[in-house]
Amino acid sequence: MSIALKLDALSKTFVVGKQLFGPPKGRVHAVHPVTLEVPEGETLGIVGESGCGKSTLARMLVGLLEPSGGSIEIAGKPLDNADPAVFGKRIQYVFQDPISSLNPRKTVRQIMEVPLKRLHGMDKAQRDRRISEIFAQVNLREEFLDRYPHEFSGGQAQRIGIARALAAEAKILILDEPVSALDVSVQAQVLNLLAELKQRLGLTYLFISHDLAVVEAVSDRVAVLYFGSVVEIGRAEDVFANPRHPYTKLLADSAPVVGRPLTAPEGRETELPDPLNPPKGCAFRARCPYAGERCGEEVPRLEGETQLAACFHPLR
Amino acid sequence: MSFLSLLARNRLALAGLIVMALVVLLALVTPILPLADPDVTNTGNRFLKPFSEGALLGTDHLGRDLLSRLLWGTRLSLAVGFAAAVIAAVLGAAVGIIAGYYGGRVDNLIMRGVDMLMAFPYILLALAIVAALGPGLLNALIAVAAVNIPFFARNIRGITVGIAHKEFVDAAKLAGMGDARIIVSEVLPNVVPVIVIAMSTTVGWMILETAGLSFLGLGSQPPQADLGSMLGEARSALITNPHTSVVPGVMILIIVMAINLLGDGVRDALDPRLRSGALTRPMAATMVQRKGPVPDPQGDNVLDLRGLETQFHVKDRIYRAVGGVSWGVKPGECLGIIGESGSGKSVTALSVMGLVASPPGVITGGAVFYKGEDLVGAPYERLRSLRGREVAYIFQDPLATLHPLYKVGDQLVEAIRVHHHVSDKEARAKALGLLKDVRIPNAESRLENYPHEMSGGMRQRVGIAMALANDPEVIIADEPTTALDVTVQAQILSLLDTLRREKGLAIVFITHDFGVVAQLCDRVAVMYAGRIVEEGPTQIVLDAPAHPYTRRLIACVPELGEGKRALHAIPGLPPAVNDLPPGCAFAPRCDKATEACRQGEIALDAFGARKLRCLFPETELEAAQ
Repeated sequence: MSIALKLDALSKTFVVGKQLFGPPKGRVHAVHPVTLEVPEGETLGIVGESGCGKSTLARMLVGLLEPSGGSIEIAGKPLDNADPAVFGKRIQYVFQDPISSLNPRKTVRQIMEVPLKRLHGMDKAQRDRRISEIFAQVNLREEFLDRYPHEFSGGQAQRIGIARALAAEAKILILDEPVSALDVSVQAQVLNLLAELKQRLGLTYLFISHDLAVVEAVSDRVAVLYFGSVVEIGRAEDVFANPRHPYTKLLADSAPVVGRPLTAPEGRETELPDPLNPPKGCAFRARCPYAGERCGEEVPRLEGETQLAACFHPLR
Repeated sequence: MSFLSLLARNRLALAGLIVMALVVLLALVTPILPLADPDVTNTGNRFLKPFSEGALLGTDHLGRDLLSRLLWGTRLSLAVGFAAAVIAAVLGAAVGIIAGYYGGRVDNLIMRGVDMLMAFPYILLALAIVAALGPGLLNALIAVAAVNIPFFARNIRGITVGIAHKEFVDAAKLAGMGDARIIVSEVLPNVVPVIVIAMSTTVGWMILETAGLSFLGLGSQPPQADLGSMLGEARSALITNPHTSVVPGVMILIIVMAINLLGDGVRDALDPRLRSGALTRPMAATMVQRKGPVPDPQGDNVLDLRGLETQFHVKDRIYRAVGGVSWGVKPGECLGIIGESGSGKSVTALSVMGLVASPPGVITGGAVFYKGEDLVGAPYERLRSLRGREVAYIFQDPLATLHPLYKVGDQLVEAIRVHHHVSDKEARAKALGLLKDVRIPNAESRLENYPHEMSGGMRQRVGIAMALANDPEVIIADEPTTALDVTVQAQILSLLDTLRREKGLAIVFITHDFGVVAQLCDRVAVMYAGRIVEEGPTQIVLDAPAHPYTRRLIACVPELGEGKRALHAIPGLPPAVNDLPPGCAFAPRCDKATEACRQGEIALDAFGARKLRCLFPETELEAAQ
């Protein structure tokens, strides 16, 4: 199977406290070098808690943010200029908040026409035909085209967002928390639609979410992000069921599950490490019950066969 | 239509609009009116009093007709004022949009330039510009426009910064739009209302400034009349012939007053915040208009709702947010209320203590019994003494409920001292104990923190500490963990669980997450379209849901540990609560619905320990004896 998306040591560092003269006050490593390969047709789930760098990673992948290092390859071709218009034809983005990702002062038709006109240079007739085609694919009625975004419910607005991403005819979609703003009954509709579209159009998904159960239900493989690094990656059915990294285990144990008694897997209070002053060695060390001496000195690397974990004391 | 009707609702603005329309109309028709030539002097007839023969408003020191000069002068002053406003708005908005959209260095350079312009007193700056360009009306116009550019630039930049970071701008970039195109087609339409607002409130000011320059002799040159120069020429005769000053003075007053009243009205009508009713202050407690009989308290619940109905009355529409809800909690018990957005679960919770904003909220029926006392319609003083002391709330977003400018310690102390007359020192000691109760490490130093210095989980702990501050009997928690990460959520949930076991608190826990309900709650009530459709012990309801909605809602939610699979979605959307179908509200989405479901009320019947509102239950249930 060919590789749809390849990241090689992709990283992002933000400069904080820029001064007119002299060096900046500090640097935040939002994403530590990430190396990943996503085969064509796969759904790769990316989970992590707030501040773990998942949105920064996603924005780099579509060219909205310039990487500080590393490279992105789509279908074997490198993309090194951060120009969203070039990225747009090959990789598209579905936003978390369906309403705020649609311009309130434009009709749905105007919103849908932009990628067709700008990326593919279609004329009016071609555009109308293509819009009808896409709207049929996402189960939206064509009478919606002349309405404004505020007239739609969250679920409908998210379908419009998906329709816009499809209009660019990119083969890879970055889904950034696409259902977390939706009600559960609508959430399932959108997830099923995404699965159906992927099947029919041969798409590749990067599915970013903080909801472990949703990620597990839709992904082939799952990558767990902690403090800007991938700490574990493996097949979706294994990662949470049999975690290797202690952090993945903590996540899995924390998720509320029907029929499991209520426990706080982490008794004492813990806060994320300070990004301005990152700890030496493994970032999870302070919260980890298995941490040893080596964890404080070296940063562990991702290792393993099918289920890779960045840990010196993996759980299995 | 909505804009004009909103504007007309403001009487003063309407008056301003009418006066302004008259003045503009007069200025427009001036050339065709049978007026004397405004510039022809006739020193023989100088200083004629108003209402003299042939000169309605009298004449000035050169015997020129004042009425004619006034109308021609008004025409000129208005034209210059408006032109200056348009120029300042266009240039200022352009500068502001560019600075706000590009940000960084561009922004820094432009805005520091604007700051420099603002560092001079405006009149000095205008004088300097006119001095450099030479006197004349056109130069006065340029000066007034230039002086006002910074005002627009700063306003528009602020708005643009907000818009440039919106997701739809990112989406436009990904759709292949260039920066220039994005500015014109995505950003500009969203800032136009702000430009109009800023213009409407500054036009009057600019007319005054132009008049000021003309008054000093730097604007219109003799013999041409504008309102400022008329005033200037009349100055020497101020005492002997006051009418020459009063006539142009009154006109300036009328114009500026009318424009300012109108401008305020335009601002109020266009501002989305004011439009959504931010100016209407909600009442201290929810309005009560109970029709029908008030139910009697029953059972030994500490908090007991009987047939509560809360509606929102917006114009001629009635939203039945809560349509007859009954539940109760005993001490030490945890009741889960589960439902999707719009199901009425939060409005139910807020109705308990009369916290639903009125207008538009109205409690139209039922009762809320706290230890047998009906709180619906209780006097505000009584509600206030119970709020926080007996029934406390925890909300979803602690950042929004904690005051950003006060230290959390001070906020806790205030919460304690509202209900208890204790010294500051005692209250502080209690606050410290509360932070320790909710397991905040380094509690002493945390008292001195501001809310923004804490993480989301820490803030929610403070929110819980505040709810516990007065040892309430009941805590109503409205999605308290929805905004938190899973590891933090687990800690907060186990904290709530410990607290209720240790202190015998009754907890009402509102959520949309079955996993949370299963772990924390003894009983669960499922709400749909403002009503409870099923209620019972958590274990039984989740294991064998009896209402089709409950069963299908559970099936919608993926559960950890089941691997990749398709989800069973419920087609359609929940009904709008201002347009509920007759009979079962879920019938349009239900695969088991028949004609019977769509006709008439379906009662919430008791079956042993559980209650159900359905004609075709999913599981066999035995009717209660």
